[in-house]
Amino acid sequence: MDVQITDLSLARGGVPVLAGVTMSLPAGQAVILRGPNGAGKTTLLRAIAGLQPALSGRITGAEDRIAYAAHADGVKSMLTVRENLTFWADVFGAGGIDAAIEAYALAPLADRLAATLSAGQKRRLGLARLLVTGRPVWVLDEPTVSLDTGAVAMFADAVRAHLAQGGSALIATHIDLGLEAEVFDLTPFKATATTQAGATDEAFL
Amino acid sequence: MKALLLRDLRLALRAGGGFGLALAFFLIVIVLVPFAIGPDPELLRAVAPGVLWLGALLACLLSLDRLLALDFEDGTLELLATAPLPLEGALTIKALAHWLTTGLPLVIVSSVLGVMLGLPSAGYLWVVVSLGLGTPALSVIGTFGAALTVGVKRGGLLMSLLVLPLYVPTLIFGAEAARRGALGLDATTPLLMLAGITCGVVACMPFASAAVLRMGLR
Amino acid sequence: MPSGRYIDPMSIWSYANPVKFLTLSARVQPVLWAAALLSIGIGLAWGFFGTPDDARQGSTVKIIYLHVPAALMAINAWFMMLVASLIWLIRRHHVSALAAKAAAPVGVVMTLIALVTGAIWGQPMWGTWWAWDPRLTSFLILFLFYLGYIALWEAVEDPDTAADLTSVLCLVGSVFAVLSRYAVQFWNQGLHQGTSVPVATGGRTVADVFFYPLVLCMVGFALLFVALVFTRTSTEIRLRRAAALRARAVREV
Repeated sequence: MDVQITDLSLARGGVPVLAGVTMSLPAGQAVILRGPNGAGKTTLLRAIAGLQPALSGRITGAEDRIAYAAHADGVKSMLTVRENLTFWADVFGAGGIDAAIEAYALAPLADRLAATLSAGQKRRLGLARLLVTGRPVWVLDEPTVSLDTGAVAMFADAVRAHLAQGGSALIATHIDLGLEAEVFDLTPFKATATTQAGATDEAFL
Repeated sequence: MKALLLRDLRLALRAGGGFGLALAFFLIVIVLVPFAIGPDPELLRAVAPGVLWLGALLACLLSLDRLLALDFEDGTLELLATAPLPLEGALTIKALAHWLTTGLPLVIVSSVLGVMLGLPSAGYLWVVVSLGLGTPALSVIGTFGAALTVGVKRGGLLMSLLVLPLYVPTLIFGAEAARRGALGLDATTPLLMLAGITCGVVACMPFASAAVLRMGLR
Repeated sequence: MPSGRYIDPMSIWSYANPVKFLTLSARVQPVLWAAALLSIGIGLAWGFFGTPDDARQGSTVKIIYLHVPAALMAINAWFMMLVASLIWLIRRHHVSALAAKAAAPVGVVMTLIALVTGAIWGQPMWGTWWAWDPRLTSFLILFLFYLGYIALWEAVEDPDTAADLTSVLCLVGSVFAVLSRYAVQFWNQGLHQGTSVPVATGGRTVADVFFYPLVLCMVGFALLFVALVFTRTSTEIRLRRAAALRARAVREV
């Protein structure tokens, strides 16, 4: 099942930022989301994750199928790496964490408290969480922040393996991951003054 | 759900988790009361049930600050909102964890602290029973307050302002039950009212809490 | 996931039209203000100078012309906020949310007037500024609810989120305010075995000669409240409008 976005308009802080976004995220494929700062990449990803209502338009095939990862990893510093992963695996009811630990080479860190991890290691833990969710659609906001080249390669491998299993990924990133992925540029969808959609402050004009 | 409960309990018990802070605060409040109103045993005995209830309520309030704020800061709440667990259920579990780590210890300790205030022996049972019935309501109502202020920077004081008026009925019936019990009067009516409030609040509040949390996470 | 995730763009604008509201408000405001000031002025003058002193209470009874209407509007303002909040939550009517916001400070002032005049009245009548009577205590709790509501509006940055959160707070607060009202009644009887001072019941059993100016004052206060809400809502709309213009200017740079 594909994720299909049709004529989506989104606002941030009462101001429309995106209008008429139409795209699809087919199973087994990755889409790289690009656009300058403030283009609305994070807003779009949050809307797909269901955290933010849309002004207008439709998103289908995303509900209860996405695994979302943003700037904050949801890592509890007073739990060990293993405990953190086990928690999310239990919440999503998806089972084992061994594959995730292996994919991001977390085995040597598994019994350390997350508080003692470096920023890059914490990020790896945050990305490993995606593997234990068992969700087919990954929605990732700048996943490679604070990762070194080795870890970026691990991430790219994990995405490839995920796609090979029929999963899909929508990734907002500026670096080249070396993935076979379609690039989707948000710049043409920037909302203009004539965008009259939904409940924004524009109503007061 | 079990995973969330276990995680919250584990986090509370680990270093920096804040377990015991509320208890220490409760102890200090009870110790400060005689300093403030004088050591007259008669007076202390008369106010003991009310002071125990007020101390427990404030200790509960104090610990609400960490209930959702920490999970909000590290992004856990957003991830929970996209998890298969309904947010209503997640918040109920978090309130339960809060009660187990704050309310329940307060209930147990209150009987010991009653000694320091010269609580009449008839009152111990009623203080413990009324607190045991009432503190779950405090945790659940507090979760609503925490969810309301989750996106507000330094929302602790604001949360107190919002939550304290909501605590009024619980406090009135709870403290009244304890006071009547201590005086040897029939405490059935306020206890039943208190139990009613707790049941109603546990049944309804998680929906309001989840609704405002979704709004706050936007 | 929330059911209102996808909002049909057409359904909202037909109901929320701030511009239309401003036009209407500009037309009715002068009438409302004139009527409010006239009826309060006549009512107060009639009450203060045109009625005899009460045989038992002397001239202190005349504070009733401020106390009772203020108390009435203190409760009605909250009720109006509750209705406006519901409309906002259900229909996403911007003006409704802003009207609720606009009514809160008016309500808090009405509550304060009721509390203060009550204290001033209570001092000569029952020899104390304050008694933990159920009615007084309920008003104090209502005052706290107003404060929390206003503080939440101030604390949340995004105006629509603030409207959502305060609306739910208003709903939940209403339930707890009613609960508190009955809890306080129970608590006071439990404490004082019915020895509490009969407050404010005196105002309802007055003779006609006191009653007519009182009704006029109540009508005047109600009109004043509506006029204030109209004015304040218009101000809130203009503020949002200014913010929207600023946002648009920033975006077009």
